[in-house]
Amino acid sequence: MRKAATAHELPGTGQVQAKAAGMPVAWLELATRLRPYLYLAPAMICFLLFFFYPIGSIIYLSFLDWSLINLEEMEWVGLQNYRDLLADQDFRQVLGNTAVFTVATVGIGLTLSFLLALWLNKKAKVYGIIQATVFSPHIISLVSVSMLWMWLMDPQFGLLNAALEAVGLPGYTWLADPKSSLLSLIIVSIWKGVGYNTLIFIAGLQSIPGDIYEAAALDQSPWWRTLVRITIPMLSPTIFFLLIINTISSFQVFDTIAIMTQGGPINSTNMLVYYIYEQGMDFYNGGLAASASVILLILVGILTALHFLFMSRRVHYR
Amino acid sequence: MKRVGAISLKTAEWIGLLVVALLFVFPFLWMASTAFKTMPEVRQFPPSLLPESWEWSNFVRAWESGPFLMYTVNSIVVAVGILVLQFLTAVPAAYAFARYRFPGRSLLFGLVLVVLMIPGQVIFLPIYVQLSGWGLVNTLWSLIIPYAASAFGIFLLRQAFMQVPDEVIEAARLDNASEWRIMWTIMVPMAKPVLVTFGLFSFIYHWNDYFWPLIMTNSDEVRTLPIGISSLHMSDGGTLWNVMMAGNMILILPILVIFFVAQRHIIKAFVYQSK
Repeated sequence: MRKAATAHELPGTGQVQAKAAGMPVAWLELATRLRPYLYLAPAMICFLLFFFYPIGSIIYLSFLDWSLINLEEMEWVGLQNYRDLLADQDFRQVLGNTAVFTVATVGIGLTLSFLLALWLNKKAKVYGIIQATVFSPHIISLVSVSMLWMWLMDPQFGLLNAALEAVGLPGYTWLADPKSSLLSLIIVSIWKGVGYNTLIFIAGLQSIPGDIYEAAALDQSPWWRTLVRITIPMLSPTIFFLLIINTISSFQVFDTIAIMTQGGPINSTNMLVYYIYEQGMDFYNGGLAASASVILLILVGILTALHFLFMSRRVHYR
Repeated sequence: MKRVGAISLKTAEWIGLLVVALLFVFPFLWMASTAFKTMPEVRQFPPSLLPESWEWSNFVRAWESGPFLMYTVNSIVVAVGILVLQFLTAVPAAYAFARYRFPGRSLLFGLVLVVLMIPGQVIFLPIYVQLSGWGLVNTLWSLIIPYAASAFGIFLLRQAFMQVPDEVIEAARLDNASEWRIMWTIMVPMAKPVLVTFGLFSFIYHWNDYFWPLIMTNSDEVRTLPIGISSLHMSDGGTLWNVMMAGNMILILPILVIFFVAQRHIIKAFVYQSK
């Protein structure tokens, strides 16, 4: 009961309750001190079983040779999985694809969202309606978004090519061509995510105190200087948050790949989580899948650490 | 002159707004339009904006191409089951974080924030191995229990509970109400808006989820709607875009209806993540 002994600043009135119930005060005091831990226990046990234990487990599994077909046989192979992984041409391409996808989706997506937020951050009702409209793809299942865009991007009968032909441009093969397949997935991801990012940017813009802008207006500061000197610096916590969140979710991209391309053509749209899924669930190469998971875990871990570091700084300097 | 310029600028902005709106709404309208077309009309060039005849039979074909009633029931059971469990685990946890000071509090809360940041895609393999050891893979349990506790839910509710004025709780304590009763009969009703917000977020997330059921299940009896819908495009002999779009309408409509009814709550739920 070490935890209980060091507890301090307890709320509540153990004595009052003890008197009422006619029980020994010390006993009730102990129960009171244990109470927060009991309240936390169900949630914490869940996190332990389905989050912290699996994190340890994935690291351990990455040093074993194993497969999902026969979980009885696991053999310690040390760093061999990592060597195999780095020697795998496909995996290098997967890392490259993930990097290109992430930089493009986050870079273009956030720029567009920022511009939209500057434009739509107004009181009139229309702007609210447009905000909701731009946001709406965010709550639709990626299954439907993917299938809808497959249809729009269909080379023969799709609407995008029909529109291109209508203005006299040649049609595009979109997903079927390794040159444009990754770009197609980038377009879909930006389309789905731009509304969420815009709303977060708008929330950030609205938290900037209005008197700063009044001062800038008094100084007759031109709009671009106000933007660079006031808006962007004041918005930097929001920008940083969105960079982290969007990068992490770009690393996770899976549904669009599984439905639209299955990583093809010729591996051109294969990315980290899809690679892990294929190796683990289709090719039964558990070791390779686990070591790729650990690499993903490290990447996400670094971003999470940066996020916490930045948040604690912010609190300090306030 | 100046006035004319101002008017045309206003007009240009309206056109711009319309274009932006169409960019996000039109694909869905196109989905709906395709869902009612016949296959010859789907393949026609130039494409027609509205279907010539309204083919309701596409919806019937989509629905009858697999055990869709079962998928729908599974989807509801999973999303509601998760919601109930998350509510039962988040309320006491959030109450403990918001209303008690105890050793290890900030460490434990830090762990909740870590859970919030790291996605399940990173650790699905070991969870699969673990659930498989318990014989739970390919059951509805494998879709529900890994999500029994929500870090986001704890985070949101904790903030709501912290805002309840101390006097309310002190008054209840003087009335000899037990902590357990204070939590469920005073705190929970006062946090109702946040509970609605979180409930919508959780339901939408799990209703839409494709990844987890794909990993954990392989038979129709336990699969959910997104998996069923995604298998629609694997028909032979050319893709039946009309049937496919009809199927997706079935998946989307409940969410769109919820969105129209509770738009403000939903936007809040998703934007809250940034706080």
